[in-house]
Amino acid sequence: MSQNNGSSSSLRLKTGLAEMLKGGVIMDVTNAEQAEIAEKAGAVAVMALERVPAQIRAEGGVARMASPKKIREIMATVSIPVMAKCRIGHFAEAQILQELGVDYIDESEVLTPADEAHHVDKHAFKTPFVCGARNLGEALRRIAEGACLIRTKGEAGTGDVVHAVKHMRQIVSEMRGLTILSEQELYARAKDLQAPYELVSMVARAGKLPVPNFSAGGIATPADAALVMQLGAEAVFVGSGIFMTDSSTFAEPAEAAKRAKAIVLAATHFRDPKVLLEVSADLAGAMKGLAVAGLDEAHLLQTRGW
Amino acid sequence: MIIGVLALQGDFDAHRRRLEELGAEVVLVKKPEQLDQIDGLVIPGGESGAFLKILGEEGFQKLQEFVCQKPAFGTCAGAILLATEVTNPPQEGLGALDIRIRRNAYGRQIDSSIRIGMMQGTPMEMVFIRAPRIEHIGPNVEVLATEGNDPVVVRQGRAMAATFHPELSDDTRVHRAFLDLVESSK
Repeated sequence: MSQNNGSSSSLRLKTGLAEMLKGGVIMDVTNAEQAEIAEKAGAVAVMALERVPAQIRAEGGVARMASPKKIREIMATVSIPVMAKCRIGHFAEAQILQELGVDYIDESEVLTPADEAHHVDKHAFKTPFVCGARNLGEALRRIAEGACLIRTKGEAGTGDVVHAVKHMRQIVSEMRGLTILSEQELYARAKDLQAPYELVSMVARAGKLPVPNFSAGGIATPADAALVMQLGAEAVFVGSGIFMTDSSTFAEPAEAAKRAKAIVLAATHFRDPKVLLEVSADLAGAMKGLAVAGLDEAHLLQTRGW
Repeated sequence: MIIGVLALQGDFDAHRRRLEELGAEVVLVKKPEQLDQIDGLVIPGGESGAFLKILGEEGFQKLQEFVCQKPAFGTCAGAILLATEVTNPPQEGLGALDIRIRRNAYGRQIDSSIRIGMMQGTPMEMVFIRAPRIEHIGPNVEVLATEGNDPVVVRQGRAMAATFHPELSDDTRVHRAFLDLVESSK
């Protein structure tokens, strides 16, 4: 007997898959060959993309959902979950991704937004959603819309971890702040956070989000992964850092495989400097990257969404 | 009684909470040498292929020695790890349970579901997430719970496995059965 239809059981299945990804690494891939490298290195899932964020940043143009053909090819290649991105507010892209059978949809600021005021109503989907956030209010608004997994936005495609750190610290410290407030203060705080009181109260009681909290946006090395995990991330997304040497050149497959494996081990042993040294010692280098501090406000991806 | 939960990746924290509620002392196991300190091991849900990669050859051998000597309980990916034969695609198993198990047997996440099965004659909620299915069981394997016609909780000697996630439901019977197994093996 299947009990699939009630919304609370649907929510448990959606967050349930995110629970299974904890402690792992989700890797951005643009073709079947990269997906295979990711799976062999121990990735817990792959994100199927047309271009990785570093390429999107360098090449410009409108960034859309990847072609279903490409996503299908990746789904046919690996046995781990496959995620794909839709544009913010683009519920028709999300409908196509659900029909295609991807395991998670990322409503992502990395793609060009399709709506300037509305995010996708994620409750309307059976496929779970992950969304980016820079602070607690943004995280709770996304959860209210039905996101079952939150990741920091960081600054995708830069290989600079500074904003992933900033956003994780911000979310963790705002959650900690809620735990000492009185009931009356929580109502006022919910207003400041522009988030539903029920969710604010839930975080105040638990000291953490009601869904898993991962990190993304600029993680490029095993040390970066260990850093965000020690700050409270429960898993990491690695985008351009594994398969790119700079914003337009792909790393050699053997080098990418090494980086991927090293970041996987760093995510498991994130509090063990001995292992972190061991896995870092063997790497030839990391993507060149872009310092976020040198970017114009207009070139930031993290300010997309609200 | 000290129970280890393999914490390479996956929902190890949900198992930790459940086992602590039931009064067990819990250690999160990330290194092979920690296996020497525990009376029983839980292998959680997650990605079974990722577990194998993170374990490496040495970790796999240590784990195999452990499950030959002491009680082990795997859920979902953990059940896959404990099996003798794994399909879709084929991968290595620890061989503690004489079963053939098929990965992602129900389909993708969209086919994940919460179902009501039977554990020793009583209904039980079962959370299946990209779950495997036990396709064949050897003569010495005991079936403790079923869903439809499928065996979903099985036991052979000191090894136990569930293809669903009892750690994500309120029903504590499967974990209690494992703690009893550990107690009686001491």
